[in-house]
Amino acid sequence: MALDENGKRIFKVVGTRPPRPDGIDKVTGRAMYGADATAPGMLQGHILRSPHAHARIKSIDTSEAEALSGVKAVVTAKDFGLPDDESVLDVQDNCMARDKALYDGHPVAAVAASSAAIAKKALKLIKVDYEILPHVTDVDEAMKPDAPIVQTGRAMEDLPDGLSENVTYHFEFGHGDMDAGFAKADKIIERSFKTAATHQGYIEPHACLASMNSDGKGELWCCTQGQFYVRELCADIMQMDASQLRVTASEIGGGFGGKTTVFIEPVALALSRKSGRPVKIVMTRDEVFRATGPTVSSSTDVKIGMTKDGRITAAHATLRYQGGAFPCGTVQFGAQSAFAAYDLEAVQTIGWSALTNRPKEAAYRAPGAPMAIYAVESVVDELCQELNLDPLDVRLKNAAQKGTKSSYGPTFDDIGLKATLDAAKAHPHYAAPLGPNQGRGLSCGFWFNFGGNTCVSMNLNFDGTVGITEGNPDIGGSRASISQMAAEELGIPYEKVRTIVADTNSIGHNDVTDGSRVTFAVGLATIKAAREAIKEMCTRVAKIWDIDADAVYWEDGYAKPSGPNAGTFDPMSLEEIAAISAQTGGPIAGHHEVNADGAGVSFGVHLVDVEVDPETGATTVLRYTVFQDAGKAIHPDYVEGQMQGGAVQGIGWALNEEYIYGEDGLLQNPSLLDYRIPVASDLPNIDTVILEIPNPGHPYGVRGVGETPIVPPLAAISNAVSRALDLRMFELPMSPPKILKALSSKV
Amino acid sequence: MRYAKPTTTAQAVSLLNEEQGISRILSGGTDVLVQIKAGMLEPDLIVDIKHLEGIKDITLEDGGYRIGAAVSGAQLGEHEGVAALWPGVVEGFELIGSTQVQGRATMAGNLCNGSPAADSVPGLITADAIARIEGPDGTRDCAIIDIPVSPGKISLAKGEFITSIYLPKRPERASDAYLRFIPRTEMDIAVVAAAVSLELDVDGVCIKARVSLGAVAPTVLLVETAADCIVGTKLDDAALEALSVACSAVCNPIDDKRGTIEFRTHTAGVLAKRAALIAYGRAGGQK
Amino acid sequence: MKNIHVSTTINGDPTEFICNPDESLLDVLRNRLGLTGAKEGCGTGDCGACSVTVNGRLVCSCLVLGVEAEAAEVETIEGMANGEKLHPLQQHFIDGAALQCGVCTPGILVAAKALLEKNPNPTDTEVRYWLAGNLCRCTGYDKIIKAVQSAAAEMRGA
Repeated sequence: MALDENGKRIFKVVGTRPPRPDGIDKVTGRAMYGADATAPGMLQGHILRSPHAHARIKSIDTSEAEALSGVKAVVTAKDFGLPDDESVLDVQDNCMARDKALYDGHPVAAVAASSAAIAKKALKLIKVDYEILPHVTDVDEAMKPDAPIVQTGRAMEDLPDGLSENVTYHFEFGHGDMDAGFAKADKIIERSFKTAATHQGYIEPHACLASMNSDGKGELWCCTQGQFYVRELCADIMQMDASQLRVTASEIGGGFGGKTTVFIEPVALALSRKSGRPVKIVMTRDEVFRATGPTVSSSTDVKIGMTKDGRITAAHATLRYQGGAFPCGTVQFGAQSAFAAYDLEAVQTIGWSALTNRPKEAAYRAPGAPMAIYAVESVVDELCQELNLDPLDVRLKNAAQKGTKSSYGPTFDDIGLKATLDAAKAHPHYAAPLGPNQGRGLSCGFWFNFGGNTCVSMNLNFDGTVGITEGNPDIGGSRASISQMAAEELGIPYEKVRTIVADTNSIGHNDVTDGSRVTFAVGLATIKAAREAIKEMCTRVAKIWDIDADAVYWEDGYAKPSGPNAGTFDPMSLEEIAAISAQTGGPIAGHHEVNADGAGVSFGVHLVDVEVDPETGATTVLRYTVFQDAGKAIHPDYVEGQMQGGAVQGIGWALNEEYIYGEDGLLQNPSLLDYRIPVASDLPNIDTVILEIPNPGHPYGVRGVGETPIVPPLAAISNAVSRALDLRMFELPMSPPKILKALSSKV
Repeated sequence: MRYAKPTTTAQAVSLLNEEQGISRILSGGTDVLVQIKAGMLEPDLIVDIKHLEGIKDITLEDGGYRIGAAVSGAQLGEHEGVAALWPGVVEGFELIGSTQVQGRATMAGNLCNGSPAADSVPGLITADAIARIEGPDGTRDCAIIDIPVSPGKISLAKGEFITSIYLPKRPERASDAYLRFIPRTEMDIAVVAAAVSLELDVDGVCIKARVSLGAVAPTVLLVETAADCIVGTKLDDAALEALSVACSAVCNPIDDKRGTIEFRTHTAGVLAKRAALIAYGRAGGQK
Repeated sequence: MKNIHVSTTINGDPTEFICNPDESLLDVLRNRLGLTGAKEGCGTGDCGACSVTVNGRLVCSCLVLGVEAEAAEVETIEGMANGEKLHPLQQHFIDGAALQCGVCTPGILVAAKALLEKNPNPTDTEVRYWLAGNLCRCTGYDKIIKAVQSAAAEMRGA
């Protein structure tokens, strides 16, 4: 659905900052999250997890646990079937280990009991006989031919010699003559980088409440980014019809991509089916870290050639990602996005993906892009330093724009990269003086953005208010922005619209809340649904006025005759039309179902100043500014919120967050004490500048904004630290011991 | 698990002494409840000492302060007298955890948790603070440095518990400071820590010093060789450098998720130097 | 493990409950009293989502035993608004978009209220350090700090 032709439209509701509809519930403690639901006769489910990084499960004896008073069901992999679809089987195996425990924390059995205390006691009575196997957790080690094999039979087709069977995917993108490109360069820099795995770090642990009836009907309440996908996965795993399982998404306490799949839901359903009682499972923080999806960790080589005046002549990247114990295609996004910001004649990216004995990777905000772009933007910055060029000028000189054939294939339409770079250059931050031990870094960021399957239903109530039913959990204020778009289109006040997120039986399939798709795709469907309702209202009014439907048009909330030829009638408001709809043909509604495309890519630029303590290696973020193209900011507060929140997650990734595995393959820091997400006192204000270069694929020009902001901070901070120290950093996180070590080796 | 809430010291001692299983004191609970939650500890008896007389009091005694074992960080921080006399002890204790943790955590608990990274312990050691211990054999006083034995282990006998910690009086021109290194600004366990307490003469020459390091050995260290480097000086650069070197020299840390041997050894010296300068300034020394 | 009877006051209301000796105050509030506004984000005092006050002191309710509430005054997020009238902090959090997912919000509001009662005119740095034990993963804290300050300004003026 294309951008409306009246591109200069004056918006009345869109672009304002009304209070969010879920605000009062959330500030009074009334909002219902995953762990807040109860059901009559509810049991408590708890999961037994592997204490080993890699072990064959020789046997599991659950008899003593089953005999414990208060225990109502015990399940192991034997209680699940074997789905035909390999990807569904992977999800199931990740929820409950079958033959082998593949990582520290992998579930091996679960108990439902009348109390949490009894369930925990029962877990201790389950006897698992493990045969401990050699393990591998590092991506480069996992790719070596003699590495321990995580899962057999999962290697990519035509596995090249010299690589382990752990290598599951290979991707290549690019165009142009690389040799000729590098030959034109005055300076070529080739560097290798590593990034640690990080966790989404949502504050709400996974929680669900499952109830299976003996007639095969099921109810599931859970915190998820996508109730429909949960239903499909769980129905497949439980071997039941999708129609028999109703999934309701609770309020969600953060997801960032990590709640786009299932971990405990099939287990709770299986326990409920076996016990005949509702079963609630709530993860502990330790379980969240050990067994839900962190990001990939990465190892990357980047080689870029540049002329003296800052033109990139050729660019090459090889990315190696591990995504845990199951095949993971995230490296594809990394390979596609690595050089997306640049207009290049010769570019090639190669991606490899390997299995390791770590938890299965889950999406995390722009999955795969931050680590790839970190490596690229670090090398671009080093070239700028070496050639004594302004890093913003070099980005502007090479920036992708409308008509650029992107490094991953498509040709860009209207994009906002140059506008964000120009805004950064003009901003006082870029010219502000720096003190000793301080450095300024910048980086571009990119995300594809997605559209996807979307259904919206809009109902006009007899009192002239409007109800919208949509199917995407609200993770960033989307109920507000959807209500705004509906109000804008219908020409009624925001307060007259209420948007709810429906369960899986109340509306058609909606893809997961991911890919920064909701404000774009659900917004688009909402506008389309409103236009359908408007058409129906005009038809009704035409009937009342006894003129042709074509002779009635809609403006500012009123049906009006289209001109003198149509006749003279007083405009009728939505409220008046709705009030008499029972007499004109019945209730009025609009709906829209679409597999939306045209999401419109998103670019951002981040500027950061840091100070590094040369005696301790501690980095302080002094000033931070985010510039991003939002297409059209429907609710600017929530656009800024995405920009600020994503930037801070990226700051954590750059400086302190990491999965630390010991020699034993066990996760050493599964707590919010030692997995160090930024706290309020670590940070300055995060300033934001929203650019609005309309997306040609949305009626109002909306682009997704949620993911791009986590991409630039990694390189922006690394570049700032490197400039502050006059020493290049090649590994994340740049924790103080690493910085101090690098400093001590500086000659 | 049973929960007991004695109202007299004698009751508390006999509860602890007679318990056949595992018993733990509950005061602030910020360590013990975490350990129970994590399944690291399954006590049979929890003895809540917060209802003992005087256990939450801060009292002036011989020019120093006696701090009850159940005094929270928030309560101590609000006491102007203690903060003026022993600012390094107070700032060390106040660094533990969040505002929420400060609402509950106690110095005695921090000490008895036996962690080499305990933030309040280096300050207490440099202050030469004394723990008052009640037990089956009556009351005894014990220097803080003699309480930690090894990570997680302390020297108290069965049935014994700390009822208060005494911070002695000190002369004019004396002060102290505590610094720790953490990767964030809050909410972490010390990777390295240093406390320095010193006393100056009228000319600003340091005449007495105590230096203590945390998280660089199995227990918090008192580093006399480091203190010797600054006694007799006005903390000139050479003295500070010697202090730093002496501190690094005694470090015997581990490599773990929080830091490396190399990092801890180096940073111990840096922090000791910086803490010494802060203490010097607080004591009225002019640089 | 025998349950213990506890008499306490929660948000001004006399309240009685029984609980296991090892049950946290957070579990009591959520599972026995239906006060699910306090959240468990970690259970170890590292996230602050379970913040409440006990006898006026800000604490993590996951690090308090239910039995310790005997004869105490407990305040939770559910007691913050005065009937339909939101506390200024609550109103400014909505007006200033200081929440996204909202799961950390009850804890942050309880903590911020405790701050403003102690220090009605804090600096941004003081707010940031006071709230360092309340993790928020959505907002980057920027709008939270601003909302606390605008609520503080209103409360000082009132």
